Amino acid sequence: MNILGFLIPLALLMGLTGLGAFFWAMRSGQFEDLDGAANRILIDEDEEANGQ
Amino acid sequence: MTVSALPSQAQDEAGPGIAPQLAIDSRFTVPGIRCAGCIGKIERGLSQVPGVTRARVNFSAKRVAVSHAPALSDDVLIEELRKLGFEAQRAAENPLGRDDKETRSLLRALAVAGFGMMNIMLLSVSVWSGADGETRELFHWLSALIAIPVIAYSGRPFFASAAMALRYRRTNMDVPISIGIVLATGLSLWETATGGAHAYFDGAVMLLFFLLAGRALDATMRSRARSGIAALLGRMGRGAHVLDTDGTTQWTEADRLAPGMMMLVVAGESLAADGEIVEGSTTIDASMLTGESEPRPAVPGDLIHAGMINLGNPVRVRVTAAAQDTAIADIARLMDEAGQSRSRYVRVADRAARFYAPAVHSLAAFSFVGWMVAGAGVHQSLLVAVAVLIITCPCALGLAVPAAQVVASGALLRKGLLIKDGSALERLAEVDRAVFDKTGTLTLGEPRPVDLSALAPDECRTVLALAQSSRHPLSRGLVQALQAAGVEPAALGPVDETVGEGVRARVDGEVAALLRPDGAAEGLTVDFVHGARRVRIAFNDPQRPDVAETIAALGAMGVTSRILSGDRDGAVRALAEDLGLEGQGGMQPADKLDVLQRLAEAGHHTLMIGDGLNDGPALAGAHVSIAPGGASDVSQQAADAVFVGERLMPVALAVKVSRRTMAVVRQNFALAIGYNTLAVPLAILGVVTPLIAAVAMSLSSLIVVGNSLRLARAAG
Repeated sequence: MNILGFLIPLALLMGLTGLGAFFWAMRSGQFEDLDGAANRILIDEDEEANGQ
Repeated sequence: MTVSALPSQAQDEAGPGIAPQLAIDSRFTVPGIRCAGCIGKIERGLSQVPGVTRARVNFSAKRVAVSHAPALSDDVLIEELRKLGFEAQRAAENPLGRDDKETRSLLRALAVAGFGMMNIMLLSVSVWSGADGETRELFHWLSALIAIPVIAYSGRPFFASAAMALRYRRTNMDVPISIGIVLATGLSLWETATGGAHAYFDGAVMLLFFLLAGRALDATMRSRARSGIAALLGRMGRGAHVLDTDGTTQWTEADRLAPGMMMLVVAGESLAADGEIVEGSTTIDASMLTGESEPRPAVPGDLIHAGMINLGNPVRVRVTAAAQDTAIADIARLMDEAGQSRSRYVRVADRAARFYAPAVHSLAAFSFVGWMVAGAGVHQSLLVAVAVLIITCPCALGLAVPAAQVVASGALLRKGLLIKDGSALERLAEVDRAVFDKTGTLTLGEPRPVDLSALAPDECRTVLALAQSSRHPLSRGLVQALQAAGVEPAALGPVDETVGEGVRARVDGEVAALLRPDGAAEGLTVDFVHGARRVRIAFNDPQRPDVAETIAALGAMGVTSRILSGDRDGAVRALAEDLGLEGQGGMQPADKLDVLQRLAEAGHHTLMIGDGLNDGPALAGAHVSIAPGGASDVSQQAADAVFVGERLMPVALAVKVSRRTMAVVRQNFALAIGYNTLAVPLAILGVVTPLIAAVAMSLSSLIVVGNSLRLARAAG
């Protein structure tokens, strides 16, 4: 049963890390433009060099 | 409403107090952002403009944030965007701030509840699988340690709303929820302290999680539609260029305009205040106010009103009435009063709660008393009462309505209809009468060329290139029509635009031009001149392509349509006859409202579809209302939904989908109640353990969500 003393705090810590990450993502605007992120992948970086 | 209905403050150039080296941020709404290419084009194009440090497109909100030197004015940036091929307007200072905040705080509460639920479940599973003695006690204490801060944080939206309802001596869904959660937590804490077998921390936190999921869905739906609508806003004058005594002009926001000021209104600009023309004669588009599609001439001495658009020459206008005193403000007041009736509408979930809350409370009280009478102790009786509260807590009910509505509004969004909130869907499902405005609703509200067959393919390409470099409404109509026909623009030399006259450029060594016809030409026309050739292009305001189909589709659903318009009676009757409907023209805003009120008194639920400012009061006063994407700000704010694009069909689709949504909501209620009739007797008999409660709760929620997802293809 001693393993519990290690596992439970570990589980809580991992949960809190995930929660912290979510809060950070929300504050730093990661969810501001979900469709934009999906579309940006299609932008051709070389387009400018081709003179378009 | 009176304040928000008026042109509000816009993002402005830097004030005098800002140091010149600081970059300032301006935001523009650009409804035309549709693809990855647009993002790249705008961001690259804008960052090449001298003075711009950074441009960032928000695709979801159809917005561009530009950080630039204060010397660069918003007008210059809008002009740059137009050169890139995008119509842009100044965006008001974060109009979504408040909604956004609500969604965010709900999401945060949901995340915390999710974290708590997972960790408590981890501990509960071992208790359910037979952990006892010290281990069970330890696990209960750990659960309590996690649950209490989580409930305190995530439960706030419910506690606050329940407290509010109780203060006004009403009851809503949040009252039984709050009582259930507080009692369950308190009792579980008591059980933990006395080493008892059953703690309901998992049930209480899980309940919060599911209910918050419902709330968050509801809020997301609202903010999603609002951001779409905000992207379409901004067609009315938010301000004006005011001429100072020393001859310089200064951009002044609409609410700072005062009588006596001199406004300089250029072609394509809309008026921000009522005024008298002092210098220059022009044609103005008054369709926003009157619904009359034909532009009318205006000469010095004429009174023109806020919301009208200057189509011709630049004019100087002396402000006679601004802000609260304009003709628009009168309409806004009328809307304000008309909107009161709608706030009396009670949403489905709240109607259900009226019956549900007392039933739940009396059941729990009845079980408590029953067990006391049967000889059980206070502790055991309380345990049973809490089990009843937890089991009956409207977990599935809380999800039943928002889940169905979110899925349905998502399906409609893909078809080009933005619903502002769930209550609009509920009201849409009830309509049996539809009232259409004419100009801008049944018609496109924009001039389009009647016939372009006189132009050779080469000439079409030249006309498109010329029209693209001008912002005159007729040019825009040409661009729309030619682009729809798949014409590619020709390459042009430098383009020269003379306001009130036309655009000119050199093509193949000869001057090509789009010019205003000489003399008083009949109707709306433009001359295309190339060398010795001269072609006259006539314009009209065409009907939307699927008007007849839409009206037939509405009829098939038992919705009778009619036309009420501010346009000339003859024109309206002709159109109505064409469509086989009843039609009336020459209606003032108050007349329309009157007709709607008579319909309401006769027991009909009316859907109003209109775009102009003159429709504002009717949109606000109807049972439910829809505005086209090209409508005035005021109308879009007053309407419950906005449809984009040239087709009218989304209107009929909205009614169809909303009816299916309400059918699914009723099924969801039936499922949730069916589950309760099974589980409640068990709870009253005292055989429900925390395990059974947790399983029943998640299962019923899953079933309700699964049933709602069927709506995803409802609009298909």
